[in-house]
Amino acid sequence: MATIELRDVEKIFGDNHAVKPMNLTIKDGEFICLLGPSGCGKTTTLRMISGLEAVTSGTILLDGRNVTWRHPSDRDIAFVFQLYALYPHMTVRDNISFPLRAEGMKREEIDIRIGEVVDILRIHHLLKYKPGKLSGGDQQRVALARALVRRPSAFLMDEPLGALDAELRETMRAEIKALHHAQNATTVYVTHDQIEAMALSDRIVVMSAAEVQQVGTPAEVYYEPANLFVARFIGSPGMNLIDGQLDGDLIRFPGNDSTMAVPAHFRVPLLAALDKGDDVVVGFRPEAAAISDDSTMAGEVYAVDMHGGYKLLHVNLGTATDPVIVHLRADRLASHPMGSSLRFTADPAMLRFFDPKTGRAISPSETAPVQTQPVEVTA
Amino acid sequence: MSDFYETGPSKPVTESIRVDKVSPRSRRIHSLRAIVVIALAIFLLIPIFIMAMTAFKTRSDVVSSPPKTVFEPTLEGFVFLFTERAIITPGRITKLQEAAESGDLGLFDRIALKSGQEITGPSDYVTRLKNSLIIAGVSTLLSVILGFFAAYAFSRFNVPGKDDLMFFILSTRMLPAVVVTIPLFLMYRQLGLHDTHIGMILLYTVFNLSLAVWLLKGFIDEIPTEYEEAALVDGYTRMQAIRKIVLPQAMTGIAATAVFCLIFAWNEYAFALMLTSNTARTAPPSIATMLGRGGIEWSAIAAGSLGFLIPVVIVVFLLRDYLLRGVTFGAVRK
Repeated sequence: MATIELRDVEKIFGDNHAVKPMNLTIKDGEFICLLGPSGCGKTTTLRMISGLEAVTSGTILLDGRNVTWRHPSDRDIAFVFQLYALYPHMTVRDNISFPLRAEGMKREEIDIRIGEVVDILRIHHLLKYKPGKLSGGDQQRVALARALVRRPSAFLMDEPLGALDAELRETMRAEIKALHHAQNATTVYVTHDQIEAMALSDRIVVMSAAEVQQVGTPAEVYYEPANLFVARFIGSPGMNLIDGQLDGDLIRFPGNDSTMAVPAHFRVPLLAALDKGDDVVVGFRPEAAAISDDSTMAGEVYAVDMHGGYKLLHVNLGTATDPVIVHLRADRLASHPMGSSLRFTADPAMLRFFDPKTGRAISPSETAPVQTQPVEVTA
Repeated sequence: MSDFYETGPSKPVTESIRVDKVSPRSRRIHSLRAIVVIALAIFLLIPIFIMAMTAFKTRSDVVSSPPKTVFEPTLEGFVFLFTERAIITPGRITKLQEAAESGDLGLFDRIALKSGQEITGPSDYVTRLKNSLIIAGVSTLLSVILGFFAAYAFSRFNVPGKDDLMFFILSTRMLPAVVVTIPLFLMYRQLGLHDTHIGMILLYTVFNLSLAVWLLKGFIDEIPTEYEEAALVDGYTRMQAIRKIVLPQAMTGIAATAVFCLIFAWNEYAFALMLTSNTARTAPPSIATMLGRGGIEWSAIAAGSLGFLIPVVIVVFLLRDYLLRGVTFGAVRK
């Protein structure tokens, strides 16, 4: 097993800056997700680690060894491709043994190794088939087996579940998690699906526009987004972000008589970062809202989505012509007809503030109250 | 007819078909089309039928007018084609007659006595057929091998001026053969390539290479690069990845390309006529020159053409599925 270290790793394709200088240290046995919208450079980063893409500048260390200019086969890493890349003209057995045969391993030893991985992934019955005959989930298991059989020092996975349907994706996600738990191998996993990233990772690297936006545990990127992009991107729907103005201990919202009290732990940092009357972006998660008639925030119900376990309300804080929509989570039995008025407040512990000029989050003065509530994210 | 729009078809629809194709009218048009296609196919096959019949006719049947459709088949044409014959001298005839009376006459002698001709050895056509096989076979092999590597490079690497180069390769096909025959003839005479196997192999390889590169590039483009990348990560070199991953998957494309190259090299007439005279002469021009000696041997010509068709027909029949992919540059998925 191994640590992976990226030092100022950068990639330029012609005029296109695909990955801006990036620093990242991945600990031994850690499960890291590179998360971001398509075209953000996450796959390019993964391909640079594998050696399938040469870096423009920077250094890649694998277990302290500089592998920046090493051949892909010389890095002792396994790559799982989005479309599995199982060789269609070979049987499953030949596919799995393919990397071992490259090493010139003896037949008996190959059989032992194959036996081990098919046990782990429960694919004995598939060995004699060609990949084309298998279902998507089984193909993915075979692809994982082919990666696993080498006992590499690290796994790189490029959206391995992207081609599966939703139900199977959930099953395979659990399998990958169990596999990682058992093997404890350093894994770098690329995905654009934040649910996958939240569910699997020890740490998430959120990327956008060729840059790392935030590196943190799933809870950190969810509750303490470093900037507006992460706040919007993580969670579905993302964090509610409302433009307000700082007025002493209150935030006022132009064009609306709503106000919000600045929580105690944000008073000093907000005044340090902003002047009175400055614009500020207030952020809170839908589940941080509490609906009650004596609250300070007012809006009109614009739409209601029934999610089964709860209702998601789209509430307009602005006007019909200039809407400001926030999403609130409400009890599944509560009745909120469309067009009705509504008052709510947000849990002060879950409030976040952003400087609209830089887009960055303003940190609270002391550590934020610990969240005990489990993360609930729904597609 | 108008009932159809009210009540639908008389039989339940159990196939995947658009609703307007179910109406009796479009069904009729559909069968009409099939009839036209079949009629056209029969019409186009008529010359082949006539050729095949002529090949089995006797000399007198060939020239009879109106042409005979019912006749006694004979292999005379094939004998004329493959053998060199001499008219039997009167002395030999008397000897054969004597032998016939005593009853110990072999099969060949009996034929010789009946026709007044004797087989003296195989005809030139046999060597020419062999030339055709060697030249077409080797040039096809070379075109496919060279074409595969060129196509791979064009498909996978950033070759500078890729599009221009690909167009240039295609443009070698744009000149009609007649235009380049004379310069080629002069060049070949200077280089000592005239009437040599190597000369013809080179020529056909060069001609087929453009087709091979274009066709194979289409097929290789279809093979995802992930396969090779997976092999690279799994510890293989690029050449190993090509051999173990790309080559097996490009097999259908290679087969289709080989058929096209083989058909061209096998059928080529104009260059063979100009650039060969004896040692490297291929079959197509020699069939035509058979017209000459002692009257037109129509049955021999027909037999030669028929025999010449057979290898190509067999190859095409065996590889017919790949051919469809070949003409569509690999766009049809099986």
